[in-house]
Amino acid sequence: MKEVRLHGRGGQGGVTSAELVATAAIAEGKYAQAFPSFGPERRGAPVAAFIRVSDQPIRTREKVYHPDIVVVLDPSLPALVNVADGLKEDGIVILNTDLSESEIREKFGIKSKLAMVDATKIALEVLGLPITNTTMLGALLKATGIVGKDALEEAMDKRFGRIAEKNKAALARAFDETVITG
Amino acid sequence: MSKRVGVEVSIAISEAVGLARAEIIPAYPITPQTHIVEHLSEMVANGQLDAEFVPVESEHAAMSCCCGAAAAGARVFTSSSSQGLSLMSEILYIPSTMRLPMVMVVANRALSAPISIWNDHQDIMVQRDIGWIQTFAENGQEAVDLTIHAFKVAENRNVSLPMIVNIDGFTLSHVIEPIELPDQEDVDAYLPPFKPRYKLDPRKPITMGPVGIPEVYTEAKVAHDKAIKNSKRYILKAWEEFEEVFGRKYEPVETYRTEDAEVLLVGMGSICETAMTAVDKMRDQGQKVGLLKIRLWRPFPAQEFRKAVGKTKILAVIDRCLPPGAVCGPVGAELRSMFYKIPGSPKIFSFVAGLGGRDVTVSRFEEIVDKARAFAKKRPRELYEVIGVREK
Repeated sequence: MKEVRLHGRGGQGGVTSAELVATAAIAEGKYAQAFPSFGPERRGAPVAAFIRVSDQPIRTREKVYHPDIVVVLDPSLPALVNVADGLKEDGIVILNTDLSESEIREKFGIKSKLAMVDATKIALEVLGLPITNTTMLGALLKATGIVGKDALEEAMDKRFGRIAEKNKAALARAFDETVITG
Repeated sequence: MSKRVGVEVSIAISEAVGLARAEIIPAYPITPQTHIVEHLSEMVANGQLDAEFVPVESEHAAMSCCCGAAAAGARVFTSSSSQGLSLMSEILYIPSTMRLPMVMVVANRALSAPISIWNDHQDIMVQRDIGWIQTFAENGQEAVDLTIHAFKVAENRNVSLPMIVNIDGFTLSHVIEPIELPDQEDVDAYLPPFKPRYKLDPRKPITMGPVGIPEVYTEAKVAHDKAIKNSKRYILKAWEEFEEVFGRKYEPVETYRTEDAEVLLVGMGSICETAMTAVDKMRDQGQKVGLLKIRLWRPFPAQEFRKAVGKTKILAVIDRCLPPGAVCGPVGAELRSMFYKIPGSPKIFSFVAGLGGRDVTVSRFEEIVDKARAFAKKRPRELYEVIGVREK
């Protein structure tokens, strides 16, 4: 079982990202859960969402305490929130950032494996909005392969209808531009 | 063919209500039930469901409207939570003794104060004695299945009672997970149109809900008590038929790895999934531990419960509700009372956990089992223990 924690700000679509990954995994015949950090979420405030994906039925309703994968949608969050909190030893943090690996390690003290992409820039150029939830799914796909690209695109078609194409384009560009550390 | 989809449990419940062809849906939104009624109002607005959605001004009005609609012979659904359910309280006792069938999904949530929108079972335990049939769902699939089952039971002429399906707020209501949504054809075959024995009809006037003078009130209450006790056989029959049509089996008390168990955890609702994982872990360590899940809460399936306990000598009962000043939580009290002076009955230890959204983790279940074993050796000073209280 793989466990994912997404960090975003209220309104950035972190819950939607979690939903897309889970529905795609379920469409592939796997078992999955997606859920928000339950509470009165506010637009702009730091929020989290969670995903579990497994080949076996998932028999837990615990929160995710030790994620395998952390995805950070907003570049300002690692300075405010310990995004690597509870991360498994071989876990990975996937960041929306325009910083270099050494800058990230120095500024935020993240020691784990990293995947990095300037998702805000891509989202602004492709979608015309600084909403990075679908863009960051490109980085998640490249860094982890937690779900297949076809299934994810199908989930996006269903969820977004006419605007799915643009989101798929942003996802594809992020997939190409994501850099993964050793 | 039914289809397996990844969907939020609340949305799946609304779809189940649609498949059951509910006709009148009076509802007032409250967290965490909101998505259920929002989606139902959309289904009615876009023509997917041929029903009347009544956007009432309060939960008190919602339940009053449900009573009127059921008395007129409609298939009725509503949903509520927490403070909203409490506001319904005055009306909740009425459809049950009046024998008006209807189905309500309660997205279980804590009660204020302090204000909490999060999950526990305090809201429904306040309504324990309203005389409705009540089940508890463990996951999204059960939430869907029990909703369809509830219409079948409630509307059975031999039952004719309102029914609540309890689902844990947020922990179930807001989770996206795989669910088999049944086919319309199968649901239609399982659930024929509602044909009440009596209904309000201006062409054949009858009186419903007259005053119960002292000469008849006791008899009316006894009739209600008999009706809900008698409903068990029809609840079980409706589950058997459910299995025939949909292939999924339900029982009033479900056992998990109870063979040769020294200690049995007892729970209701979604914590049972985490509890199964905890049982697996403890079994791997060689501990003889199992789990009993109470799916049918009212009428309480005493006979099935005793059978499920078998020869196990220690029960660790988990309540998601803390009634201040009581002897212990309501599930613990129920079981202690049921086993009182029965020869060979187990030692029953009562625990309270998971209040107001506090996570009940695998390690909490391990702690509970350890404590129950210790209490069996040395009687505890208190009659219950609250798990996971922070000391500072």
